[in-house]
Amino acid sequence: MAKEITIALAGNPNSGKTTIFNNLTGARQKVGNWPGVTVEKKEGTATYGGYTIHVVDLPGTYSLTPYSQEEIIARNYIIEEKPDLVVNVIDASNLERNLYLASQLIDLGVKLVFALNMVDLAHSRGQIIDHEQLALLMGVPIIPTVGTKGRGTKELLEAIVRVAEDRESVTRHIHIDYGRELEEEIAKVQGMIRSARSSMDEHHARWMGIKLLENDEEVIKEIEKKPRKKAILDQLQRSKLRLQQILGDDPESLIADRRYGFIHGALKETLHHSKKDRRYLSDQVDTVLTNRLFGFPIFIFFIWAMFQLTFNLGSYPMAWIDAGVGLLTEFVGGLMGEGLLRGLVVDGIISGVGGVAVFLPNIFILFFCIALFEDTGYMARAAFIMDKVMHTLGLHGKSFIPMIMGFGCNVPAIMATRVLESRRDRILSILINPLISCSGKLPVYVLIAGALFGARAGNVIFSIYLIGIAMAILMGQIFKRTLFRGEIAPFVLELPPYRMPTLKGTVIHMWERGSIFIKKMGGVILLGSIIVWALSSFPQSVDYSRDYEAQKSHIHEEYAAVIQRADAAKAEVLAAKMDEKIGEIETLQKMEFQERSLLGRLGKVIAPVLHPVGFDWRAGVALLTGFVAKEIVVSTFGVLYQVGRDEGEKSEGLRAAIQHAMTPLVGYAFMIFVLAYTPCLATVAAIRRETGSWGWTAFSVGYGLALAWILAFIIYQGGMLLGWG
Amino acid sequence: MAVRKLNELRTGERGIIERITGTGRFRQRLMEMGFVPGTEIMVEKYAPLKDPIEYVLKGYHVSLRHEEADRVLVRKTEEESRED
Repeated sequence: MAKEITIALAGNPNSGKTTIFNNLTGARQKVGNWPGVTVEKKEGTATYGGYTIHVVDLPGTYSLTPYSQEEIIARNYIIEEKPDLVVNVIDASNLERNLYLASQLIDLGVKLVFALNMVDLAHSRGQIIDHEQLALLMGVPIIPTVGTKGRGTKELLEAIVRVAEDRESVTRHIHIDYGRELEEEIAKVQGMIRSARSSMDEHHARWMGIKLLENDEEVIKEIEKKPRKKAILDQLQRSKLRLQQILGDDPESLIADRRYGFIHGALKETLHHSKKDRRYLSDQVDTVLTNRLFGFPIFIFFIWAMFQLTFNLGSYPMAWIDAGVGLLTEFVGGLMGEGLLRGLVVDGIISGVGGVAVFLPNIFILFFCIALFEDTGYMARAAFIMDKVMHTLGLHGKSFIPMIMGFGCNVPAIMATRVLESRRDRILSILINPLISCSGKLPVYVLIAGALFGARAGNVIFSIYLIGIAMAILMGQIFKRTLFRGEIAPFVLELPPYRMPTLKGTVIHMWERGSIFIKKMGGVILLGSIIVWALSSFPQSVDYSRDYEAQKSHIHEEYAAVIQRADAAKAEVLAAKMDEKIGEIETLQKMEFQERSLLGRLGKVIAPVLHPVGFDWRAGVALLTGFVAKEIVVSTFGVLYQVGRDEGEKSEGLRAAIQHAMTPLVGYAFMIFVLAYTPCLATVAAIRRETGSWGWTAFSVGYGLALAWILAFIIYQGGMLLGWG
Repeated sequence: MAVRKLNELRTGERGIIERITGTGRFRQRLMEMGFVPGTEIMVEKYAPLKDPIEYVLKGYHVSLRHEEADRVLVRKTEEESRED
């Protein structure tokens, strides 16, 4: 049996951890999520020296204090899953700050290997690192690597095996010296923990002591579950008080300070600067990209370009996929006989899966662009430029990207909230995103505004977009003040040096995110479209008010007789006329079927709720089907108003029907309702996926419906009062 | 040398971090990111809308909002003559 080693990869954001992971594992990786949260979990395997090495990529963190989800995950994995060793990827060009995490890992007492990454960059900046000496001081082997060029991978693997087999001569467990006063108190707390749990080894007890002094909530919880918790926590209080008295600061700051002291001391002997010049190419690029005058125009250009690429370039493969789905529908439909199973397969399953597949080009192009922004370091600058604007909305600078993407499609937009680190920001952005009018809502606006507002339609549609933006701002403010009070994450944003991205890295980045979309969202959408299909197809046998079949066959007979007698040219005209008449009857039949289907009945059930906002049951049914996708509202109207299913938003017949059925006031209220209520099933799936919670998903749907109804109510009733009805 | 707030420094000015006021998560996060007493910090630039502000410390770039930099006290150092 092959020998196995499990390693965890830890490191700061921007330390090049991902490239090291890719180098170690090649293509043998899989992406998932950490249990219960939406933080990506990547795993892969490498083989070296007769070992199968499992590599788990921990989230990028600056520290192991349990403040963010990422930090808790990284720490819990190391403590609870006990990997054989931890590889800490350290950015050599940003050594001092990167060693902070390293110092915490040393405290944890796990087996370590340091990958000193980007040594070429550090070298070009005139930083000479005596890594061998540093390794001796830290008691951890240090392997210089250049992730983007694949350098140092073999040496790293070798060191991993050496440390795992306990053959590494450098490895020793060092204690970071926190100074006499702190050490005394650490020893007291540590002693208490050890006397309560004698089986615990000394390193771990010391680590827990340090963490307790650091006010670490997770460790405090851990202690509270164990015997003699009172004695330990009492000692902790005494120690904290004493440190505050003699050193005049809280222990967590003192500890952070000492860690940097330790790092400073180690680097004093091992890091030398050969150049005084501190202006690098990256800084020069930055003076242009975040320039007071050009910063915004350049940023807007990049966003515009991303938007164009995503939705315009994406529309070509989208059309192919759409056509492909159409062909498949025809093919499968032709293969199967008329009946329930065909309905399920064609209208439920194929159109459901097709509905997801159609988004794929958009999503992959978008994720490619975002990966490019992130990998080059531009994303941090975009946040830097936009933060002032977004902050007034209660959001983070990086929220700008999902907001602007929302105009195209809410699905990739909601997935793009992954760029936000704070869960609060992420959920807030997700909640207000559906208020941004996506391209799917546009056909509805075009139909209604076109029918009811004539030449003013353009202005009317524009006003709806503006109301959407205003509502997004308003709801953002409300949520910020109610649901997310006091949780504001500090901005503290690192602006990493600009880097040339590698195609491989960017493509892997894109693929990871895109593939999650395919896997996890497909199921929800499939299920949803099957449900809507069922609602609109049952009950199967409807007692029609008229005998449509008889009418159809009557027309058929009538024309068949005439056609037989006519000459070829005339017969063609007559045949067309016959089809038209039969088509009319079929539409009537469909209409009645819709009315009597579960969906139609549901429309009638909800009609009283919609009455105060001025909608009839048909509008109700249209809104219900619009739950699947907004474009469907148009085709539902087509069926309900007897103009045939294939009529689009520009159809004259449909416009006439709308003019007959709605006043401009009702139409406007209807458009506002469409603006605010749940965008579509795919978006709901995306919300579920990204929040990781059905609660937030239900809240999003619920508040959207409530907001839609209230807005429509105000418009309709207010308009009636003003005599605009 | 007078103690100033970090957000009072202008572009290109330098200071030595004295301490961070307040308590809690934000304070510790800043300290973990290297905002420990005695560290030299330089104002790299202000964002086009004046907020946030980009700083250089410990050889890397980081940005803080105005209200956050308000909590960092620094001792302003004499401006070094920069050759660039």
